[in-house]
Amino acid sequence: MTTPVKNPKSRVKRPDESLLKRLTRQQLFIPIAALTLLVLFNLIADPKFFAVTMKENSLGNPVLSGNIISVLDNASELVILAIGMTLVTASSGGQDISVGATMTIAGSVILRLVCAGQVNADTMQMNLFLAVFISIVVSMCFGAFNGALVAYFNIQPMVATLIMYTAGRSIAAWINNNQLPIINDVAFKYAGTFLPGIPVPTPIFITLLMVAVFWLVLKFTNLGLYTQSVGINPNSSRLNGLNPKMIKLLTYVILGVCVAVAGYIRISRSGSINYSRNAENIEMDAILAVALGGNALSGGKFNIYGSILGAYVIQFLTTTLYKYEVPSTALPAYKAVVVILLVVLSAPVVREKLANRKKASAKATAKEVS
Amino acid sequence: MKKILGIALAAAMTLSLAACGGNNNTPSGGSASSNPPANNSSAGTSTPDPAPGGELITVGVINNDPNESGYRTANDAAMRATFTEDNGYKATFYNNNDAAQQIATAQQMIQDEVDFLLLSPASTTGWDTVLQDAQAAGTQIILFDRMLEADESMYAAAVVSDMPAEGKTAVDWLAAQGLSEYNIIHIQGHMGSDAQLGRTGALDEKVAAEASWNYVTQQTADWDEATARTITQSVIDSGKPFNVIYAENNGMARGAVAALDAAGITHGKDGDVIVMGFDSDKWAMEAVLEGSWNYMGLCNPMQAETVDGIIKDLMAGKAPAQKKIFTPEQGFDAATITAEDVATYGT
Repeated sequence: MTTPVKNPKSRVKRPDESLLKRLTRQQLFIPIAALTLLVLFNLIADPKFFAVTMKENSLGNPVLSGNIISVLDNASELVILAIGMTLVTASSGGQDISVGATMTIAGSVILRLVCAGQVNADTMQMNLFLAVFISIVVSMCFGAFNGALVAYFNIQPMVATLIMYTAGRSIAAWINNNQLPIINDVAFKYAGTFLPGIPVPTPIFITLLMVAVFWLVLKFTNLGLYTQSVGINPNSSRLNGLNPKMIKLLTYVILGVCVAVAGYIRISRSGSINYSRNAENIEMDAILAVALGGNALSGGKFNIYGSILGAYVIQFLTTTLYKYEVPSTALPAYKAVVVILLVVLSAPVVREKLANRKKASAKATAKEVS
Repeated sequence: MKKILGIALAAAMTLSLAACGGNNNTPSGGSASSNPPANNSSAGTSTPDPAPGGELITVGVINNDPNESGYRTANDAAMRATFTEDNGYKATFYNNNDAAQQIATAQQMIQDEVDFLLLSPASTTGWDTVLQDAQAAGTQIILFDRMLEADESMYAAAVVSDMPAEGKTAVDWLAAQGLSEYNIIHIQGHMGSDAQLGRTGALDEKVAAEASWNYVTQQTADWDEATARTITQSVIDSGKPFNVIYAENNGMARGAVAALDAAGITHGKDGDVIVMGFDSDKWAMEAVLEGSWNYMGLCNPMQAETVDGIIKDLMAGKAPAQKKIFTPEQGFDAATITAEDVATYGT
């Protein structure tokens, strides 16, 4: 088995290659290029897009406000999901399409616990940290359910997670006895809005924390290596002493943790939940983030930072489209056009062709010179 | 390890099965969890206990998904609380937002020879066969909450909300506020739905007619709170001035208000921005009472009692005076709303 390359940066640099070529070879090229394009477009169209101002929110706290802050803030759930989705994609060669539904379950569990069955609660009835912890555990169980179907029953990930995709929102409603509870406690909304005295939205900090945790885990454990080898070839991984089934299951459980954190951020933005609309279609954006990050959706090698960048690109695009008042019904269409372009460009087949053509022309010029 | 996994799997599967029953309350009944809690009297939906002497009126109730919104939760709960065995009914309930599923179930119910079919159609079209089958089988159809496109002779009665009137009441109220300029953030519901068309129509007309009325933005948030927050946030970030938020339901108004709060923009009775919402949620009426919102257009989800009255009349051989009955609705203003209103109309 070949040793999987951990990070494209560690690739051997070929001194004879032009800078541009080396750049396009990088896995992060596509998301960075997309981000640059979006930034340039906004700079030219309206430089005020990047203005960040200090305002005072209704609680009297100074807060930062502006499009860039909105992008960083609103991308939080997507970034956290994209991290987990990358691992799942790498290990099982498929995607979990139930994350929107399981996010709703996680949110529903938290609301059930802090509202203690009240429809309209003014104060939290349970320690928030405990409630979030329980919701993480519940979410891990659902992740394990999905993971077990994929790893032990060899069901296609998309089919296996279709079960939770269909049933998840009903489960979320059932957890709260079909009520739509609301929590008015200011402290509950800290995670989704602002901590008192801190002008940066809290979701940004939570995202940073999650990214840091995964950075540490991937750096100091073999999770990344094992996930890649299982994704590339489960049989040879098994012969090398890994347990591919266990590792696949593990990645789904890890995604469960990400889902719970993202679900918590989502409901703490408003303190309420709408089971059929909460985090609707977020699974598609999460999968897209993974693809944009240059990761093969068929599994194997992965780069978590690519997915994270991909998630920010998607949110940047959404915010830009909103700013130019693209009707929100037409939003998916605009997104699709950009997505088609980016995904086709980042497809290995296309990249190989492009590289070959360059090689051929380089050869031709070399011949001419000689 | 395998054992533990097996147990966990079995538990998870049971859970998901129970919840499946929770969503689709199929006529055959299901698990215990299929009845929402508001339905204290257990409604006798799933007990196939044959009623002695046929005294009970059999009704089939087809409604939308109760999780759709607070309005729908209240609507569904009221239906379930009214059509009980204690009240003389043997009722089967079905909830789905998919019109095709609703139609299939309606046909099944007609074949089962229910006396009355109570219908809140998810779409306004596609019901012709059901209506004809019902007429042939002698099943009377009563529409509640939502209309469908059909001749009046095809149904016995309709107890519905007058959406265009709701929009008109709200726009008239807004005009009466006497602002020198109306810069409106208009957040629309699910495009093409009865409620969206009615509530948008009145505002569109006014904005087209008056020079001082402008849309800062007109976007659909698809009844979603988070999308409404994003739309409002984007307007705030762009720095365009606005002084009215016209959201077509309370959830979306709540999302918009969250964006206002984050940016420190005052709203409500003494604020810079007028906030308007629709439906019947208690928390929204409390927000109006506190003065943090300005207006809530009531969309009354309580059709169950009226429908109950119509059925009892029809059984006694009395046809309703008019086929189309509009549920009484009004707008609540922060200046005039009372705690009593909240208690009476809030759900």
